Amino acid sequence: MIRANVELRIRRQDTPGSAPYWQVFNAPVRERDNVISVLMQLRQQPVTADGQRVDPVAFEHNCMEEVCGACAMLINGLPRPSCSALIDELDHPIVLEPLPKFPVVRDLIVDRSRMSEHLQRVKAWIRIDGAWEIHERTQRQSQQAWARNYLYSRCMSCGCCMAACPQFGPDKAFVGPAPLAQVRLMNAHPTGRYDSAERLHAIMAEGGLTDCGNAQNCVRVCPKEIPLTTAIGELGRQTTLQMLKDLFGA
Amino acid sequence: MSAGRTVIVVGGGLGGLWATLTIAEAGHRVLLFSLFEVMRSHSVCAQGGINAVLDAKGQHDSVEQHIVDTIKGGSYLANQPPIKSLCEGAPGLIRTFERLGVTFSRTPEGLLDQRLFGGVKKKRTCFAGASTGQQLLYGVDQQVRRLQADGRVEKHEWWEFLSLVKDADGTCRGIVAMDLRSQELQAFRADAVVLATGGLGQIYAPKTTCSTNSTGAAASRVFQQGARFANAEFFQFHPTAMLGEDKTRLMSEAARGEGGRVWVPRDPADHREPGRIPESARFYFLEDWYPAYGNTVPRDIASRAIWKVTREFGLGIGGGDRVYLDLTHLDSAFVSTRLGAILSIYRKFAGVDPLDTPMEIFPAAHYAMGGLWVDFERDERSGGVKQDSPRNHATNIAGLYACGECDYAYHGANRLGANSLLSASYSGRVAGESVAAYLQGLGAGSQDLPAEPFDREVRRQAQINARFAGAHGDQNPYRLHDALGALMTAKVGVVRDNGSLDAAIAELAELEQRFERLDLGERSGWANQSLAHARQVFDMVKLAQVMAASARARDECRGAHYKPAFDLQIPEGKYAGDPEYEAYRARWKAANTRWLKTTTAEYATDGPRIGFEDVDLSLLAPEEPRDYR
Ligand SMILES: Cc1cc2nc3c(=O)[nH]c(=O)nc-3n(C[C@H](O)[C@H](O)[C@H](O)COP(=O)(O)OP(=O)(O)OC[C@H]3O[C@@H](n4cnc5c(N)ncnc54)[C@H](O)[C@@H]3O)c2cc1C
Ligand code: SF4
Repeated sequence: MIRANVELRIRRQDTPGSAPYWQVFNAPVRERDNVISVLMQLRQQPVTADGQRVDPVAFEHNCMEEVCGACAMLINGLPRPSCSALIDELDHPIVLEPLPKFPVVRDLIVDRSRMSEHLQRVKAWIRIDGAWEIHERTQRQSQQAWARNYLYSRCMSCGCCMAACPQFGPDKAFVGPAPLAQVRLMNAHPTGRYDSAERLHAIMAEGGLTDCGNAQNCVRVCPKEIPLTTAIGELGRQTTLQMLKDLFGA
Repeated sequence: MSAGRTVIVVGGGLGGLWATLTIAEAGHRVLLFSLFEVMRSHSVCAQGGINAVLDAKGQHDSVEQHIVDTIKGGSYLANQPPIKSLCEGAPGLIRTFERLGVTFSRTPEGLLDQRLFGGVKKKRTCFAGASTGQQLLYGVDQQVRRLQADGRVEKHEWWEFLSLVKDADGTCRGIVAMDLRSQELQAFRADAVVLATGGLGQIYAPKTTCSTNSTGAAASRVFQQGARFANAEFFQFHPTAMLGEDKTRLMSEAARGEGGRVWVPRDPADHREPGRIPESARFYFLEDWYPAYGNTVPRDIASRAIWKVTREFGLGIGGGDRVYLDLTHLDSAFVSTRLGAILSIYRKFAGVDPLDTPMEIFPAAHYAMGGLWVDFERDERSGGVKQDSPRNHATNIAGLYACGECDYAYHGANRLGANSLLSASYSGRVAGESVAAYLQGLGAGSQDLPAEPFDREVRRQAQINARFAGAHGDQNPYRLHDALGALMTAKVGVVRDNGSLDAAIAELAELEQRFERLDLGERSGWANQSLAHARQVFDMVKLAQVMAASARARDECRGAHYKPAFDLQIPEGKYAGDPEYEAYRARWKAANTRWLKTTTAEYATDGPRIGFEDVDLSLLAPEEPRDYR
C-alpha cells in the first residue's frame, strides 16, 4: 500500500556523450520499498516534481536480491546495490547518480566492461585441459580453507569497490580491488596455484598491486563484506616472494 | 577436424555457458548473446544446491534411486532415457565444476558435503554455502572468459535476440538481434543456434522468485516461428517465498532440508509473537499430513498444503496469505554457515533476523517445467540417451537447439529441488556435444547463403519496432505487464479450474488486443528500455496463452498442475494391499492411459494448437502413484 511520497533527485544523462542534468521526482513509496522498486513504480508514470512528463529513468536490475551485481549506483553519495537500499533506511531526499569511474551509458546505467577486461588481464580462471570428464576424485580442502576462499568467491563484480577506490579510474591503469581479490582466490586453488606466478606477474606490472594507495575505501563499501584489504595484504607477501624467486631463479 | 564453424548461443546462464564451452572446445567459433553481462544471469540466484549421487553420507544412496526419485517426482511425465543419462552424468559434472574452482562446501575430512532436499530421503545435494548457483555460474563464466581471451568465443552482451533466420528449407541459419544501446538491428549468420534463455517466472510478476529478466520472451519468439512448446501447464510454485510487493524472494528449500519447520498457530486469532506461542498451540501441518517426509515433501505438495491451510482452513497467520518457516530451534552457528546467504537476504529485505524470529512465507511462481520441445535418441543398449547424437536437445526446427530452463526435458510435472542446476548444466553440455555432431553432417555453411532471408528478417523486425514505437494509445507497457502477472497468478496458479481458465484465455486475448493501443511513454532512440520491455511483454502474453490453453486441455491432477475437480484422492489411512488403495491405484492407472502424455503446442495465429504425444517409459513403468505420506 502507498504510504508516502519520497523525493528523489536523479542525475540523468541521455547518451554517453551528452551532458548530465538533474531531475527531481516525488515518488510514491510502499512498505519496505527499495530504490529499485521505487524506480520500477516511477517508470509507469515518470512525471517530475514540477509536473513535466519525461522519459522513464533508465536503470539496471535483475535478481532484486543483491546477488547479480547489476543495480549498483551512487545513493546519497555512496556506491551500493540499489535493490537492497531500503527507502526507510536512507536520508531524504534521496540522491541517485550513476556509479562513478565507469562510462555512463544512459541515466543510471554504466558500462562495467572494464571489470571483465581486468579479470582477463589477471587471468582470473583455473586453466583446465577441457571441461570434460577426467574420472578423478575431487581434491580435499579443509573447512577452514574453504571458509576463507568462499568469502572471495562471492564477488559479484558490482563495481562498488572500484567506484570507491581513489586509485581506480578511467584514465588510470590500476586494476582495482575486485580483480585483485580474484587473484588471491585463484592462487589458493589446488591446481589454480600452478599459474600463480603468471597472475602475480600480471599484478606486478604497471597498474598492479603497488598502485594501491591503501585508502581502504573498497572494503568499507563492499556489500558482500569481502575482506579486500586482507587479500591485498596477502598478495603483497606473494609478490615479494615472487620477486625473490624471479631474482634468484628459485 | 573440419574447419571450425560458427555457432550462436543465446543466453549465458548455466545452460548457455556450458553449451558455449563444449562447442568452443570442439573447435568451433561461438557468438554468445545475452541481454546483459552473462555473469549476471538468473542462475546466480540459485541458493540451495545441485544434486548428484556421491553416496558419501552413509545412507546407501544410488544413481538408480536418483533416477527413480526424479521420474516419480515428475509424476512419470518426463521421458525416462534422458533422466537416466542426467543422473548418471551428475557426479562427473560435479567433479568438473570442482576442477573449475567452484567452492563447494566441505565435510570435516575436506570432501564434498551434501545436504537433504525435498522429495528425497537421502542427502544428495552438493552446495556452496547458500549461493550455489552463483558459484557454479562463475566457474563456467571464468572458463568462457579464458576462451574469449583466446579469441574462441565472441561475446555479444547487451544484445537482445529477436528472431531466427531460416533458409528456404526451414533450417535455422542465424538470428536477428537488437543492440540494447544503439537499438540497431542486425542479422548474424550461424551454422547452428542454441537457445538457453532461461525461465519465464516474470509472467507471474511480481509474485515470483525469478529475476526480472526471466521473461520467456525468447522462447515465445521461436515458438511463434514454428518451434513446438511442450508441457506449458506445468509450472512450479515454490512453497517458501518471502512476502514482497516488488518480488517474492526465495527462501531456499535448503532451509527445510537443514531442519526448518513450517507451521501456523492453531488459532488464527492467536496474535502472540511466534516465539511466545507454545508447541501445543502450533500446527506443524506438513509433519502432520506427511509424516514420512515431513517438511521435505516435494514443492507442489508443500505449496498446496500451504494453500489449503490458509485458503481453505483460514489458518494463515493473522488470517492472511502467510505461514511460518521456522529456523529458531536450530543451532545458530550451524544455520549461519549452511544458510548464510539466505539469512542475509531475509534480514535485509524483511528487516527481521530468522535466527530470532520465524520467517513469514507463501508460495510463489518459481520454475517452468515446460518449455521448448526437444528431441533425444535412445540408446537401446544402455537405456539412456545415445551420446553424441545430433538429435539430443534438437528442437523440431533443424539447426535450432534448446537447453537449460527454456527446454521441457527432465522434470515432467514437477521438478525436484536442486535438480535444475543439474539439468541446466548437463543439458548445456549435451546440447553442445549434439551441435558438434550436427555440424559434422552439415553441408554448405550459412556464410554461403544469399543475403535475402537475413535482410528480410531484419526488415520485419524493424517494422515491429516501428509499430511499437509509433503507437499513440493509452496502454503503458509496464502496466500491461502488471496486468498479465495479476491475471496469471489469479487464474493459472496453484489451484486451477476450467471456468477460471476459460476466463484467463479470454482475458489474455483481450490483453493482446490492448497492445494495439500501446503508449510506449519513451521517445529516446538510445537504450530505450520501454521498447525492449514492451516487446517482451507482448511475447510473454503469447506464451501465457500457451500455458492457459495447455492447462485448460488437461483435465486431471498431475504434479504442479492441480485441478481439484479431477482429483483422485489417495484413500486416507490406506496403503498398498488395502482394497481401497488398490481400487485407487486402478483408477490412477486408467487415468494414465488418457493423460500420461506430453502436451504439445504449435503456433497458429488464432491461438495455439494443443496436442498430446506419448512419453518414453522404457525404464520404470508407472505402477506406483506418488505418495509422500
Ligand atoms: C530464486 C531461485 C532459486 C533457485 N535455486 C535453485 C537451486 O538451489 N537448485 C537448483 O537446481 N535450481 C534452482 N533454481 C532454478 C535454476 O536456478 C534455474 O532453472 C537455472 O539457473 C536456469 O539456468 P538457465 O541457464 O536455463 O537460464 P538463466 O540463468 O536464466 O540464463 C538465461 C540467459 O538468457 C539470456 N537471455 C534471455 N533472453 C534473451 C534474449 N531475448 N536475448 C539474449 N539473451 C537472452 C539472459 O541474458 C541470460 O544470460 C532456482 C531458481 C530461482 C528462481
Ligand atoms: S569485491 Fe565487493 S564491491 Fe567489489 S565488485 Fe566484488 S562484490 Fe562488488
